[in-house]
Amino acid sequence: MGARKGFSRKYLGIPYAVFLAIFVILPLFVILYYAFTDGTGHFTIGNLTGFFTDPNTLGTLLYSLLIAFSTTALCLAISYPVAYILAMSNLKRKSVLVMLFVMPMWINFTLRITALKEILTVVEGNLAFHPFMNSIIGMTYDFLPFMILPIYNQISRLDRSLLEAAADLGAGSFDAFARVTLPLSMPGVASGVSMVFLPAMTNYVVLDMLYNSTYIMGSLIGSYFSAYDWHNGSMIALVLLAIIVIVTLATDAGEENDQKGGALI
Amino acid sequence: MKASDNIIEIKHVTKAFSDNGFVAVSDFNLEIKRGEFVTFLGPSGCGKTTMLRMIGGFDVPTSGEMLLGGKDITAIPPYKRPVNTVFQRYALFPHMNIYDNIAFGLKLKKLPKDEMDAKVKRVLEIVDLEGFEDRKVSTLSGGQQQRIAIARALVNEPEILLLDEPLGALDLKMRKEMQLELKAMHDRLGITFIYVTHDQEEALTMSDKIVVMSRGQIQQIGTPEDIYNEPANAFVADFIGESNIFKGIMTGKLKARFAGGEFECVDDVPEGTQVDIVIRPEDVIWDADSSKGTISGKVTGVIFKGMHYEITVESGKYEMVIRSTKSPKVGDTIGMSIEPDGIHVMIAEDHTTRFEADIVDASTLDYNGREIKCDLGSVIPGARIKDEVLVDGSGEPIDTSKIKVQVSIEPADIELSDDESAGLTSGQIINLIYKGDHYSYVVRTDHGHDLIVDDEYLWNMNDRVGLIMPEDKMTFGVKK
Repeated sequence: MGARKGFSRKYLGIPYAVFLAIFVILPLFVILYYAFTDGTGHFTIGNLTGFFTDPNTLGTLLYSLLIAFSTTALCLAISYPVAYILAMSNLKRKSVLVMLFVMPMWINFTLRITALKEILTVVEGNLAFHPFMNSIIGMTYDFLPFMILPIYNQISRLDRSLLEAAADLGAGSFDAFARVTLPLSMPGVASGVSMVFLPAMTNYVVLDMLYNSTYIMGSLIGSYFSAYDWHNGSMIALVLLAIIVIVTLATDAGEENDQKGGALI
Repeated sequence: MKASDNIIEIKHVTKAFSDNGFVAVSDFNLEIKRGEFVTFLGPSGCGKTTMLRMIGGFDVPTSGEMLLGGKDITAIPPYKRPVNTVFQRYALFPHMNIYDNIAFGLKLKKLPKDEMDAKVKRVLEIVDLEGFEDRKVSTLSGGQQQRIAIARALVNEPEILLLDEPLGALDLKMRKEMQLELKAMHDRLGITFIYVTHDQEEALTMSDKIVVMSRGQIQQIGTPEDIYNEPANAFVADFIGESNIFKGIMTGKLKARFAGGEFECVDDVPEGTQVDIVIRPEDVIWDADSSKGTISGKVTGVIFKGMHYEITVESGKYEMVIRSTKSPKVGDTIGMSIEPDGIHVMIAEDHTTRFEADIVDASTLDYNGREIKCDLGSVIPGARIKDEVLVDGSGEPIDTSKIKVQVSIEPADIELSDDESAGLTSGQIINLIYKGDHYSYVVRTDHGHDLIVDDEYLWNMNDRVGLIMPEDKMTFGVKK
């Protein structure tokens, strides 16, 4: 490697290690500490049992999951055909079209939701009548690019000769899609899902702005923390973390082949 | 019509791409017999892969038809053709194991599981990869993936197996092995193989019949021996094996003059005919005594090639390459002779460039915005110039808007220039052949026309050049 004496390339990693330690590892331990202690600093699992016995927190969890599932499903239903058509077409200005779908991300999030709120008010009259539906619409609008991009990238990278091979072996266009395109685009779907599902469980700002007063996980944590109850707030954060890990593992298991990764954006 | 032995007949097939109008294949005619091993051979961009893709159904011909077993398949989609393809980069499905890859076609036909298992097993035996069913594609070497790609095609029992440069990605040793194996496989299975390659040695080794292609057109169809021994034109001679190519002229019965000497030959071509002469390096006999032999020359290079020496000799302005088991020294003057049957005489093709130009006025033509000076009074029959206006016999002005002038110029009269804007048009060199004392270039102009230019200087493949056409070297005629 011809490195100068006393200098090793791995020293370059030190700033990142420090960063990770301060901003990722340490906070995790802080959360872990608060989650399993009570107000006097003694170890307890009361916060954990409390979470799973309190119908309010459980209800919030279910409602969050429902919101997240619906948002993800709707995003997927819209994104897949869009990404597929964009990636497969021979349009000359393809990148411009892709950019149009991504462009909303460049505009401030609250501004976007405020604009959406005005539109929905015009359509529905009073937003308070359809809080759930409005939340789904808002979240879908907000997270759509995060679903489209990874799927689009994955399908764009698909080797067209695989589709020719499928046709050559007797597959009509439906069979070729079902047996080749769809399975090979799953890594993109998986990263799209994980990028939409998790924020959808916690992003309560959208709900607030669209007058949905029901709590989701994010709002629950927020309310505990603003009441200085670090212990219960941390426990909920920990439960959420566990759910995230489970979802991530599940989507990872969904992609059996080696083509995963790199599909994020 | 009784079933002929032809499995496929290709009639006047032409393919022009709609986006840029490029004609990849033009007026392709071929009959292939059941069980033949046919190779499409040519340099890249000659249209061989496009032709194969049309047989596979991936591209649709612009015109012409293809009959498979007497049935028109021109417009049938690939998944309905009894034809399977081995793709250039294998195109194995990365998300499936070997079994699922091979059984892909069988599953679509909804074969029972046990029958499917048996077929997959048998075809894996054919390609010598028994027991690979559960392996992942990514764990296989290039050569193994190649075999799986062949197995995946063969398992469907196609009437024709199409192979698109299937060995291109393998290393030399592996390629040689696979060539022999493919040939043996073909002999054993009796399926018709259509093989595409740019490697002339591969084509000569494996094929029953070779179709040499260049610029979208068939140059020659024949057995490997035919193609090597009796090349139809300078392109084939240059592409297949090493050759010395000279311009020559017939000087008498069975006599040809080229490379500064007069030689006896066996091809009966009328006296006075312009010809191209092909001499294989191994057919030149040399003698250390320069007075022996028809021509003599100075040795400028000797390279040891293992089995033989490759000797370069300069004779006047001509250059000759000789292959011999003994070698002279560089600087020696040697005599050279050629047996009559070692001289291949081909009637020179007409390489004149012709294009149409519009008339601007009595002495000016327009070709794509460039001016050409030309005295139209002497070009248009019965016309003369009066007061700078073209008039007919009775003095009436001629309406020139309907008349086009055909301009012709010989390959040797066109000059190449570094400056792309220097000439009438510009283009890219797509092929070159050394003809003893000059190079013959094929230049593809920016309008998509190919024209032949002879030039003594060496340009490189893909060079961008301006084409200067001196007006005094042009001949003009009226285009009806």
